[in-house]
Amino acid sequence: MNMLGNNLSRQAIVKNELGLHARPAAMIAKVAIKAKSDVWLCREDEQVDASSIIDILSLACLKGTEVTLKIETPDDMDILNEIITLFENNFEEKR
Amino acid sequence: MPSDTTEIILKGISGAPGICIGKAYLVDKEGVDVIEKYAITPDLVKKEINRFKSAVTIARNELSDIIKGVPEDLRQHSGILETHLLLHKDKMLYGKAIDLIENEMINAEWALREATSQAKSMFKNIEDPYLKSRSADIEHVSERIMRNLVGRKDVNISNIDKRVILVAHTLSPAETSQIQLEKIMGFITDRGGKASHTSIIARTLEIPAVLGLDNATQIIKNDSIIIVDGSQGIVIVDPEEETLIRYDELSKRYETRKAHILRTSDLPATSADGHPFTIMGNIELPEEIVAVKDHGGEGIGLFRTEFLYLGRTHFPDEQELFNQYREVAELMAPDPVIIRTLDINGDKAITAMSPPEEANPSLGLRAIRFCLQKPDIFKTQLRAILRAAAYGNVQLLIPMISGCEEIRQTYKIIDEAAESLEKEGLAYNRDIPIGIMIEIPSAAIMAEEMADLVDFFSIGTNDLVQYTLAIDRVNRHVAYLYNPLHPAVIRLIKQVVDAGKKKKIKTFMCGEMASEIINLPILLGLGLDAFSMAPQSIPGIKNIIRKISVKEAKIFLKEVLKQTSALDTMQLITDTYGEILANGTYDENKDSA
Repeated sequence: MNMLGNNLSRQAIVKNELGLHARPAAMIAKVAIKAKSDVWLCREDEQVDASSIIDILSLACLKGTEVTLKIETPDDMDILNEIITLFENNFEEKR
Repeated sequence: MPSDTTEIILKGISGAPGICIGKAYLVDKEGVDVIEKYAITPDLVKKEINRFKSAVTIARNELSDIIKGVPEDLRQHSGILETHLLLHKDKMLYGKAIDLIENEMINAEWALREATSQAKSMFKNIEDPYLKSRSADIEHVSERIMRNLVGRKDVNISNIDKRVILVAHTLSPAETSQIQLEKIMGFITDRGGKASHTSIIARTLEIPAVLGLDNATQIIKNDSIIIVDGSQGIVIVDPEEETLIRYDELSKRYETRKAHILRTSDLPATSADGHPFTIMGNIELPEEIVAVKDHGGEGIGLFRTEFLYLGRTHFPDEQELFNQYREVAELMAPDPVIIRTLDINGDKAITAMSPPEEANPSLGLRAIRFCLQKPDIFKTQLRAILRAAAYGNVQLLIPMISGCEEIRQTYKIIDEAAESLEKEGLAYNRDIPIGIMIEIPSAAIMAEEMADLVDFFSIGTNDLVQYTLAIDRVNRHVAYLYNPLHPAVIRLIKQVVDAGKKKKIKTFMCGEMASEIINLPILLGLGLDAFSMAPQSIPGIKNIIRKISVKEAKIFLKEVLKQTSALDTMQLITDTYGEILANGTYDENKDSA
């Protein structure tokens, strides 16, 4: 975890019923693709490329999974926030 | 035959018996396994990448059009298509494929295939079934790109709206399941063999099929009239009127005989002089049990277990195997289910563990030899079989035994499997009959010694004939020499049956030899106890057994043993049993067809 305090990583919890399935993965990837540098989605010690749907799916995050999002440069802070908002809004799925 | 004849006769492999006449319907789509691989020169790499990119662009445009065509109120359901749209450009697929073209200098189709299978393999360890099934999305996307790369139109088999004969290069399981079967009269494919999925489906549904025709899709045009003779493995394109009339008659007679014989399939196979024989079915998939029961089979004499191991990237686990074996055992109980342990390599390669190339695969590391070298893989299967044995009449059959030592080694692993199950407290049954396949001449010669070690013999004639006569069954130049009625083969079988009788163990036969009625007088004379065959052959064989007297067949065998060639033997059979045999089959005399 980044301890320098410039918050290049944030945590989120998967709250939607089917976990990070194809549609939410696509929503994340769509945002991450715009980033200037790499965006990483991490679960425990596994880390995948957040701009790849396939990579995200392969992480198999079920409902309740805690994940961490990491960016490489402060320039991508907006991207990070946008993805976190997706998590917080439950990927626009009904509860 | 008139000189201006236009009819073309194509010879292939009989996939499923029966005759049908109808219009050809070409399935203009190639399965994934026929994708070509070729190297490209450095100067063409850029062009190849562009070819790939434009295929992706066209695929995405197609998909966008489809999405636009979805009515407004259904838009929320098109979410998966939007995801597919993004997947077309996913790093793991798009980026990876371009990397492969660039770095390995291979064609775009092969690069896409590689990238797809790598992406899919990332899903194999996911346990959640919903997320796991997302690998199908990758497949759909990849297929759409592939179609544009290869330049073929999207054909939807499920839209066929007339009764046709399907002509395809190959049919994948996914495609065969898409077909509305009441619309299909028959199948013809360029590829595939007797054990292919298409053949199994065709046989189960009793639709005539001819496979392995090589280039049927190039010769046959859409809507041309074709005759499919699934029994002979022949396809006739644009037949002459005479041929049509002849086959129309043959087809009607075939159906009548079949209906008649099927009605009697529940009657026991008791010879004319009162000897009972057990007739069982050979299966590859649990679905085929229905066919065995419908055709009067009294058990599964050969359950081939390779299917779950083929065409996939990892070996099945014990639970998957156990579930399948248990299902078959429970459905057949109290009748026996004889499970043959893994017989891979030879002509069936396994993708989960790419074997080294062998110059002579059928003489190479296969079946029990492979299993004894990979005791972990073997033990997984043995554990599944012993566990299933707690739920029905399960028996174990070991293929490709060539000497007594292999039997002892196998027992050791069976015992280890049983001990581990005991320790884990799982339900199992170690006390089941264990038999060996007699398919290598050395085993036939040593039959008497081997009989002391096992509970039954099962003669696999396909391999026994091939090994005894030194004929590669796949080699067309020598295939004419392949004949189970060769005097040497008959003597070898006699030696095995006699050894079994002396040591009081039963001898079965599960090869193709047992399903051809012309061989039955000899087989009954030899004294075999049971036969196992493709389910569809059971009624005909039961019918013929009821017409033959074992006592007479034993006398007849003495004459057979005096013959010095397969041809003479054949003549003797026709002279003695011609009439009985001609009335006992669905098929007409082979010479007239």
